[in-house]
Amino acid sequence: MVWLIPVLPLLGFLLNGLGRKKVSKGLAGIIGSGTVFLSFLISVYVFLSVKGGNTYVAHYFDFIKTDLLKIGFDFQVDQLSSVFLLIITGVGFLIHVYSTAYMHDEEPKDFAKYFAYLNLFVFSMLLLVMGANYVIMFIGWEGVGLCSYLLIGYWFKNSSYNVAAKKAFIMNRIGDLGFLLAVFWLVAKAGSVDFHQVFAGVSKLSTTDITGITLLLFVGAMGKSAQIPLYTWLPDAMAGPTPVSALIHAATMVTAGIYMIARSNILYTMAPVSQTVVAVVGLATAILAATIALKQNDIKKVLAYSTVSQLGYMFLALGVGAYTGAVFHVMTHAFFKALLFLGAGSVIHAMSGEQDIRNMGGLKKYMSVTHLTFLLGCLAIAGMPPFSGFFSKDEILAAAYAKNPVLWGIGVLGAVMTAFYMFRLYAMTFTGKFRGTHEQEHHLHESPKAITIPLIILAILSVVGGLVGIPEVFMHGGHRLEAFLAPVFAQSNAVAAKHHLSHSQEYMLMGISVAAALVALLYAWNKFSQYQKTDKEETGLGKVLENKWYVDELYDSIIVKPVLAIGKYFNNVVEKKGIDGFVNGIGKAVNYSSRQIRLLQSGQVGAYVLMMVLGILILFIVQLFL
Amino acid sequence: MEIKWYIGLALALFCTGIVGVLTRRNSIIIFMCIELMLNSVNLLLVAFSKMHAASPVAQSLPNVASDAQIFVFFIMVVAAAEVSVGLAIIVMMYRNIHSVDINFLNRLKN
Repeated sequence: MVWLIPVLPLLGFLLNGLGRKKVSKGLAGIIGSGTVFLSFLISVYVFLSVKGGNTYVAHYFDFIKTDLLKIGFDFQVDQLSSVFLLIITGVGFLIHVYSTAYMHDEEPKDFAKYFAYLNLFVFSMLLLVMGANYVIMFIGWEGVGLCSYLLIGYWFKNSSYNVAAKKAFIMNRIGDLGFLLAVFWLVAKAGSVDFHQVFAGVSKLSTTDITGITLLLFVGAMGKSAQIPLYTWLPDAMAGPTPVSALIHAATMVTAGIYMIARSNILYTMAPVSQTVVAVVGLATAILAATIALKQNDIKKVLAYSTVSQLGYMFLALGVGAYTGAVFHVMTHAFFKALLFLGAGSVIHAMSGEQDIRNMGGLKKYMSVTHLTFLLGCLAIAGMPPFSGFFSKDEILAAAYAKNPVLWGIGVLGAVMTAFYMFRLYAMTFTGKFRGTHEQEHHLHESPKAITIPLIILAILSVVGGLVGIPEVFMHGGHRLEAFLAPVFAQSNAVAAKHHLSHSQEYMLMGISVAAALVALLYAWNKFSQYQKTDKEETGLGKVLENKWYVDELYDSIIVKPVLAIGKYFNNVVEKKGIDGFVNGIGKAVNYSSRQIRLLQSGQVGAYVLMMVLGILILFIVQLFL
Repeated sequence: MEIKWYIGLALALFCTGIVGVLTRRNSIIIFMCIELMLNSVNLLLVAFSKMHAASPVAQSLPNVASDAQIFVFFIMVVAAAEVSVGLAIIVMMYRNIHSVDINFLNRLKN
C-alpha cells in the first residue's frame, strides 16, 4: 500500500509528460493535483497507522546486490517519514491546486509539462523521505535537484532564468558530491548504507569516521538546503514560477537537508565537532540571510532570503541537538512560508507580473483574502504567539540557550530582523498608497478561488500548526510532536546530555524574544506603511546589504572567473598547442618522412635490383662475419 | 674432382649473372643472366648432392644419391616453363613500346 504514495505522482508525471500534447489544461490540472491528493489520503492513512505504533521497513526488491554489499529498494515507514509525507503531499496538493489558476495563461502543452515536472518533483521528494537507506535517499535527492533545475528554468526562453537554473543545479551538485563521498565512506567503514544497520552499528565506528561522514553529509545538506557557502542559488531560484518557489524552494526540497540530518541524528550526536559546525553554519546563515532580506525590494527575494534564514535556524536546532525542534520548524515553516509565497504569487498575479514592492502599496483594499492570510503568515514567521512560528522558533532558541547563551543571543537578533523585514514587506505591499501605474491599479483584483482557498487553508495551518508542539511550561504533555517523534530520536536522546531549563528561564527567554520581535514589527510597520518612493541611492551598509554583501560578486571573482580563465587557458594553449600540436605533429611527421622515402620508388628496375643485391650482401656479411 | 672447383665455377657463373643484371639494359640479356644465376645454383645443388652421396651416412639411407639429381631435372623443367612465360612478356613488351630496354618501363601507368 505504501508504495502507492510515490507511484501515484510518478503516474501523473508519465500521463502529463507523455500526453502533454493531448491533454487539455483542465485534465492536466486534475491529473496533477488528483494524484498528489490520492497520495495525501494514503499518507494520512499511513500516518494514522504509524501513530498506532505500526512502523516498519518495506522491502520491494534488491537494488544492488554484491557479496559485500546489499542495497535493497526499501521504504522506511516511521514517525519521521510519515510527518514529512504529510507535509509534502498536503502542502504539495494545495500548491498543485493553486498552480491550476496561477499558470492559467500558459499554453496547454506547457501547462501539462509544468504539472508533469511538479509531479516528478513530488515523486522524487517522496522517494527521498521514504528511502530506507542512503542510496534510495540519494536517488530522490538527485531527482529533486533535477526537478528544481527544470522548474526554475521553466520559462526557458528567458536566458537569465536559464542561468539561475544552471546555478542552482551546479551548486547542488557540489553538495551532492559531499553526500556521495559520505555514502562511500559509510560503505567502506560501516559496510552498509541501510539506516537501521548503520545506526545500530554506530558504536563500532571511530569518532574520526563519524565526524568525516557527518561533515560530508552536511556538505550535501548545505547544497540542498542553501546554507553558507552554497546558499546563493536559492534567491536566484526565484526565477521559477511562484508556486514552484513555494513548493520546492520553501516548503519541501530545501528541507531535505534537515530531514537527512534528523534521520542521521545518532551519527551527529556521536560527532560533537560536526554538531558544532552545523550549529555555527546554520546560525551564520540565519543572520547573514536576514541582514540581506532587510534591504531587498523584490517580494520573492525577501521571502527567499527569509527561507535561507529560517533554514539556518533549523540547522541551528540540529546542531544543538534539538532534532524535534528542527522537524517542528520544518513543519510550521512549510505552512507559513508556502502561504507567504503563494500570497506573494497572488499579489504578483494581481499586479500583472510586477514584483518590486516599491511599486506596490495599499493592496489591502483590493485583495482582502490575500491580505489577511499574508498578515497571518507574517505574524507566524515573526514568532508572535500563539501563531505556529512562535512555538517552533521558541523551541529552537530555548535549545540554543541551553547549549550556549551566545547562540541564543545571535538567534534572537535574527528573529528580530525576521520580524522587521517581514513587516517591512507587509507594510510596503499592503498598506499606504498604491505606487504603481494606473493600468496596474485598474487591473487590481482579488485572485480566483483556486488561489484563495489554498491560501486560507495554509493560513489556518499557520495559525494552529504550532499547537502540536506546545512547550512543557504551558501545558504538561503539550508537545505531542515530540512524543510522536521520540522513537526516531531515542538513540540520540539516550546518548546526549539533556539540559533542562527552569520554567522561569524559559518564560524569560520567550518574553525577551517576543518583546524584541514585537518592537521590530511595530517599528517596521510604522516606518514603511507611509513609504514613499525616492530616487535616493542607498549608501554605506544599506548599499552593501542591498547588494547581498557582494557575495555573488565575491564568488564570481574568486571561483567563476579563475575557473573560466583556467578553462580558457586549457582551451587556447593546452588544447591547441599541446594536444592538437602533438596529434597534428604525428600526422605532419609521417607525411614529411613518406614524402622523402617516396623518392626511392623511382620505377627503375635496375635500381631495385641493385638495392636487392646490396641487401643480400649485407645479410651475408652479417651472417658470415659478425 | 674436388668440390671447390664446382663451387668456384658456380660462383663465377652467379657473379656473371649478377653483374649482367645490374649493368645491362636489354631485357633479353637480363633475362639470360637470371637464367645463368639459376643454373649456377642448380650446378651447386648437383655438386653437393654428389659430394654427400659419397659420405658414409648417406650409404645407409636409400635414394640420397639420386634425389637431388632427379630434383634438378624438375627445376630445369620449371625453368623452361618460366622462360617461355618470360619471353612471352618480352615479346608483348616489344610489341607495345618497340623496345626491350627496361628503362623505358619505369612507370606503372601508360
